[in-house]
Amino acid sequence: MIDFELEPQLVNRLKMYHGVAEQMMRPISRDCDEHEHQKPWQFFETMWSTSSQAGAQPGRAERSGAGAERPAGGARLRNLNSVMMTEELCWGDAGLFLSIPNGGLGGAAVMAAGTPEQKARFLKRFSEGKPKWGAMAITEPGCGSDSAAVATSAARDGDSWVLNGTKIFCTAGQMAVEKSEGFVVVWATVDKSAGRAGIKPFVVEHHTPGMTVARVENKLGIRASDTALIILDNCRIPIDHLLGSPEVRREGGFKDVMATFDATRPIVAAMAIGVGRAALDFVRDFLQEHQIPIRYGISPRKLTAVERDFMDMEVQLKAARLLTWRAAWMLDMGKSNNLEASMAKAKAGLAVTQITQKAVELLGPLGYSRKLLLEKWMRDAKINDIFEGTQQINMLIVARRILDYGSKELN
Amino acid sequence: MIDFQLSEEQKMMRDTVGSFAREEIRPAARPADESCAIAAGLVSKAWQLGLVRGAIPEKFGGDGGERSAITGSIVAEELGYGDLSIALHVLAPRLLAYPLIEMGTDEQRERHLRRLAAGDFVAATAAVMEPSWNFDLAALETTALRDGSSFVLSGTKSYVPLAADSATILVYALSGANAGHAGVDAFLVPRDAPGLAVGEREQNMGLKPLATYQLVLKDCRVGAEAKLGGDKGINFTRLMSESRVALSALAVGMMRAAFEYARDYAKERKAFGVPIATKQAIAFMLADMAIEIDASRLLVWDAAARLDKGEDGLKESYLAKNYVAAGALKITDNAVQVLGGHGYIREHPLEMWLRNARGIAALDGLATI
Repeated sequence: MIDFELEPQLVNRLKMYHGVAEQMMRPISRDCDEHEHQKPWQFFETMWSTSSQAGAQPGRAERSGAGAERPAGGARLRNLNSVMMTEELCWGDAGLFLSIPNGGLGGAAVMAAGTPEQKARFLKRFSEGKPKWGAMAITEPGCGSDSAAVATSAARDGDSWVLNGTKIFCTAGQMAVEKSEGFVVVWATVDKSAGRAGIKPFVVEHHTPGMTVARVENKLGIRASDTALIILDNCRIPIDHLLGSPEVRREGGFKDVMATFDATRPIVAAMAIGVGRAALDFVRDFLQEHQIPIRYGISPRKLTAVERDFMDMEVQLKAARLLTWRAAWMLDMGKSNNLEASMAKAKAGLAVTQITQKAVELLGPLGYSRKLLLEKWMRDAKINDIFEGTQQINMLIVARRILDYGSKELN
Repeated sequence: MIDFQLSEEQKMMRDTVGSFAREEIRPAARPADESCAIAAGLVSKAWQLGLVRGAIPEKFGGDGGERSAITGSIVAEELGYGDLSIALHVLAPRLLAYPLIEMGTDEQRERHLRRLAAGDFVAATAAVMEPSWNFDLAALETTALRDGSSFVLSGTKSYVPLAADSATILVYALSGANAGHAGVDAFLVPRDAPGLAVGEREQNMGLKPLATYQLVLKDCRVGAEAKLGGDKGINFTRLMSESRVALSALAVGMMRAAFEYARDYAKERKAFGVPIATKQAIAFMLADMAIEIDASRLLVWDAAARLDKGEDGLKESYLAKNYVAAGALKITDNAVQVLGGHGYIREHPLEMWLRNARGIAALDGLATI
């Protein structure tokens, strides 16, 4: 039965997350933006300890393995809850959200591709000890959206896999590799001639010899989160660090990447929505303070330009949110959501890029100033139109699905 | 709890109305557009779906079904998928029936509803719009002044569907000192009331089969019993939200029709030896349509959910309707574009859908849910 009302229990949890965003993220938001590579360790420690105590795990459960499993009881709508919590935290700060110690996309890949034993073995660390990060390395200097062109290789040598290649744009890579006892899931090909089927995920532990963080990028936004360039030079890892089956099947490896994206794209969409809502809330409060009314219900021909803009921002954000909720809900229901996840991501990434730009515009010279956070949100928002599949890649996926075309017919 | 799943009953209604729309309404759409008329037989058949009598309480001869804006939106989308003009025609009697059911006094319901629960189509309507460039639901210009025990209505209404054939017209007018929605009341006015003149049938860009008329009210006097809801009056805000949700839901159906037509065409039509759908320039237009249709539908359902919870849903329905109106125009326009020159030719339905889509932004109060 169609319903858009949140349960009181969930509303309360979201309030708690909102409190975290408001009291712990917002106060350090500007500072982390200005000092890109300095890490807010106190924030990390607090997030880590609150999450292990409360079991509520802000930003952790949702990013360690969104959607790959149907947990028993209580958490029936886990992915849906995750996107809502992500929105709350990214209302606080999207860069800080990405830097919260947890399994991250690496955890998501383990959940999507690992065996039950591997999940237990690799993910246990995120509920004990000191703060840790998981990361995922897929993009390379020569391949971005075209993930199937992965050139990093994995060669079998006795009881080991030996990895060679260069990975870029690895979110939280430095935290996972050098600053904690985390891991990186590296996607590499075991058989270049097999194309996408040969691409497999490997768990590379922190501080493994042969893996180095060669650079941490300077970015337009989300500066609280590190983006690493990782070099694998004869990096030797145990045989059982290959996630899932080593068998090269036609539909094999790449399906795992896709399964990961189906779960993480709604999360990224929710990140965008959180940033967009921050901008929208700010503009709403500002207009209210200056007694500029937003008159719902009057003739559209009588609206001022400001009213039109604001209403458009508001409804675009809502449209993106509803699409995102649906994509996450489908995952929770065990339905295939490949199309819907890409729809949500494409819509939210673009809508929020435009919403935050409009917010800066509406505030005139104030919007452009670094005294306010609006300009930062505009910079932060843009990443959501790019990572986890650019706007264009998601449109391509949607197009293929609605046309019933494969990559051969539509490329 | 958040849920995107239709109930079994909703699925059944969607399928029933959906196949009627596909098999009966769609084939009749182009002839109706060309002749500016809808075959009586089709209207009768549609009436048998129970679109109007379904929600009329049993004690007035109706089916006494539960009225839900969400279910209504699902059904309206299917009708709009068939044809917007025909949908608006067959749903028009709701414009009188639903406000009566929801806000009428017992006497008013007893007097009017029974007739609307008949076995064959009964024309009925409401007069909301006015012929002014900045027509505003929040600032109606038609007035109803109290004079002793009666009301005197004055003003001009436009886009009144089926006015010439309706025995009773529900006329909305500003009756009190309150400005905006709060000052609006509705009056059950017999078509032959002195002072009420139904003008010539209006000629419009689209929605051509839908007969709409201008009404001129000149010192049109009605008794106090004509005021809907008696002393309690009406909740005009809610009624207009219902209208916005209805029009939006119908538009979503039309958007879907245009999208599917363009998609199928693009897969068939070859250029440079391959289907044009294999070109990103076309494929991305179609992908954008698919996303916007789903987004629009969800916004409509979200607004409908407010109504079902008893709220006025002003903000949600207003935002949804403006969004859908813009989207309907863009999608039908892009659908014409996908067909290129063929989209411009009346052999295909796309130019008709583009003309019809433009009506969504221009019109209010022409349907209810």
